[in-house]
Amino acid sequence: MSTIMTKEKEVLEEKEMNRKKVKVQSKRRKSTREKVVDVIVFVLLLAGALIMLFPLIYMILCSFMTKNQILSGSLTLIPDPVLIGKYSEVLSKGSFFNGILNTVKVEIPVLLIGGFTSSLSAFAFAKMNFRGKNGLFLALLATIMIPFAVVMIPQYVLFTKLGWTNSLLPLIIPGCFGNVSMIFFLRQNLYSIPNDLMDAAKLDGCGYFRTYWMIFLPLMKGALGTQLVLWFMGIWNDYLAPTIFLRSEKLWTLQVVIRSFNSYYAIQSDYALIMAASVIAMVPTLLLFFIFQRVIVESIAISGIK
Amino acid sequence: MSKTKNVVKTQLSPMAKREERWAWLFIAAPFIGFLLFMAYPIGFALLASGSKWTGVNSLIGNLCGFENFIDILTDPKFWKSMLTTIIYMIGIPLGMIFGLLIAMGMNRNLPGKRIMTTMYYVPVVSSLVAVAILWAWVFNFDYGLLNTIIKFLTGHHGPNWLGDEVWVKVAMIIFMTWKGLGTSIILYLAGLQNVPKDYYEAAEIDGATGWEKFRFITLPLISPVTFYILITSLIGGFQVFVEVQVMTTNGGTNYSAATIVYYLYDKAFSNGQLGYGCAVAVILAIIIFIITAINFKYQDKWVVTD
Repeated sequence: MSTIMTKEKEVLEEKEMNRKKVKVQSKRRKSTREKVVDVIVFVLLLAGALIMLFPLIYMILCSFMTKNQILSGSLTLIPDPVLIGKYSEVLSKGSFFNGILNTVKVEIPVLLIGGFTSSLSAFAFAKMNFRGKNGLFLALLATIMIPFAVVMIPQYVLFTKLGWTNSLLPLIIPGCFGNVSMIFFLRQNLYSIPNDLMDAAKLDGCGYFRTYWMIFLPLMKGALGTQLVLWFMGIWNDYLAPTIFLRSEKLWTLQVVIRSFNSYYAIQSDYALIMAASVIAMVPTLLLFFIFQRVIVESIAISGIK
Repeated sequence: MSKTKNVVKTQLSPMAKREERWAWLFIAAPFIGFLLFMAYPIGFALLASGSKWTGVNSLIGNLCGFENFIDILTDPKFWKSMLTTIIYMIGIPLGMIFGLLIAMGMNRNLPGKRIMTTMYYVPVVSSLVAVAILWAWVFNFDYGLLNTIIKFLTGHHGPNWLGDEVWVKVAMIIFMTWKGLGTSIILYLAGLQNVPKDYYEAAEIDGATGWEKFRFITLPLISPVTFYILITSLIGGFQVFVEVQVMTTNGGTNYSAATIVYYLYDKAFSNGQLGYGCAVAVILAIIIFIITAINFKYQDKWVVTD
């Protein structure tokens, strides 16, 4: 095992070196004219950013307003008086809480099992030799292009026949078989780890699964984490699959619940309640985004350059 | 000589054979998933597209050849939803132009660049259902934020955004551009950062104007990103559904907001014409396939070599 340990250390050190290299930037002094342009550009960009965020800020403000203020038709933005009752009203509704619970029930098994199967196959594609490797990988990659809308009717029939539509299984089982874009990213990430590590493991007589579990899984922790966060957001925000596959209201996931709130409470003009429900539904993904924004933005940017 | 070569190629050592078996085991999960939830449904959809199948009657007993396709192609509602889907795509070039301008501003390395990128990206990670609910309220004819602002500024009442057959399209384009802008910015920013700085310095020495630098250096060098955004947006554009279902009732006044996928959903899950819906899915798959093929044909152009 000692050869592996030293190799591992080398790899980590090299990664650190690369990170430092990237940080070095060429700094050039700017002329006065450029500085003036900079100020103008900065103001424009900030104005644009505020316009982008304004609807979301308005959403939060609305959730604290009284019905009278919302329906007054005059341009008032600051809630007067500030009403926080709508949030407790939303949270005390059984269907809303149930929606969160159902979404979590889908998230946990999919991320655990799907994360495992995806990283395991990414490891095989990146570090192991077998016939038909590239062809199989391309075939898998091509499936990203198939829109869900094309397969949703047959899937619906399949799940109905299996009796799954009375449970959350239609949302859980397909995810457990892995996620192709995750396999793609992890494979890409594993390429940056030298093959010597694999050879050293073989020399030490370390089994393939053990090599994955003990050496490569810890090394791809960061990339795996980012992909799991993105996947979590995807499941949390998913709407189309749950609306089609879930028959009973008891099974509805959060997004289906807030959409039903929208149609139900709009008739009563209870927009504060609708906005409060939508705000709560958005908070988890936004929090995750703020925490992991650097790596998320990086991984989005990579998808475009690759 | 050639014979022995062949033997060497096909007969793997016991070690290599063992590795191959493990590797196939490791990649089995995504392939089984692919067969069950992609390949089988696609085959099923192809078969069902030739049947007047409702899910209750017999699929094979109601085979009708290409009748479904003829019905679809002669249905004015299909063409209406197709036209609407394409009209919504006006938002794609709009988003790309804004995205590029904002990314170029960001690329000046101004203070607060990261925070502003985050601000522009927040709509992308927000739940589609939640922000669609929000914008439906912003576009509300009587009390919505937009019409309140229009009234405040001009003294006239604004248009019936979601109720009018033309304005609903404008509203949807505004919404989709707002939701997707952050992605173009991040992709363009990554592309711009890959353009070598010395190109600009050399052009400056040659006396190039700002426009010339943009036209002859920036634009060609980021064309791969432009192409990538265009292709992914086109593929996404043909799959628009959730915002239409959340923001309008029954696809809008006279079906004016309905898209292809909305039409598919409507036929399959509201009317129970599952075979007919599968035929629409096949047409959708063909369209996406053509776009993907174009993408592959010109892919070598957008993989930049410097």
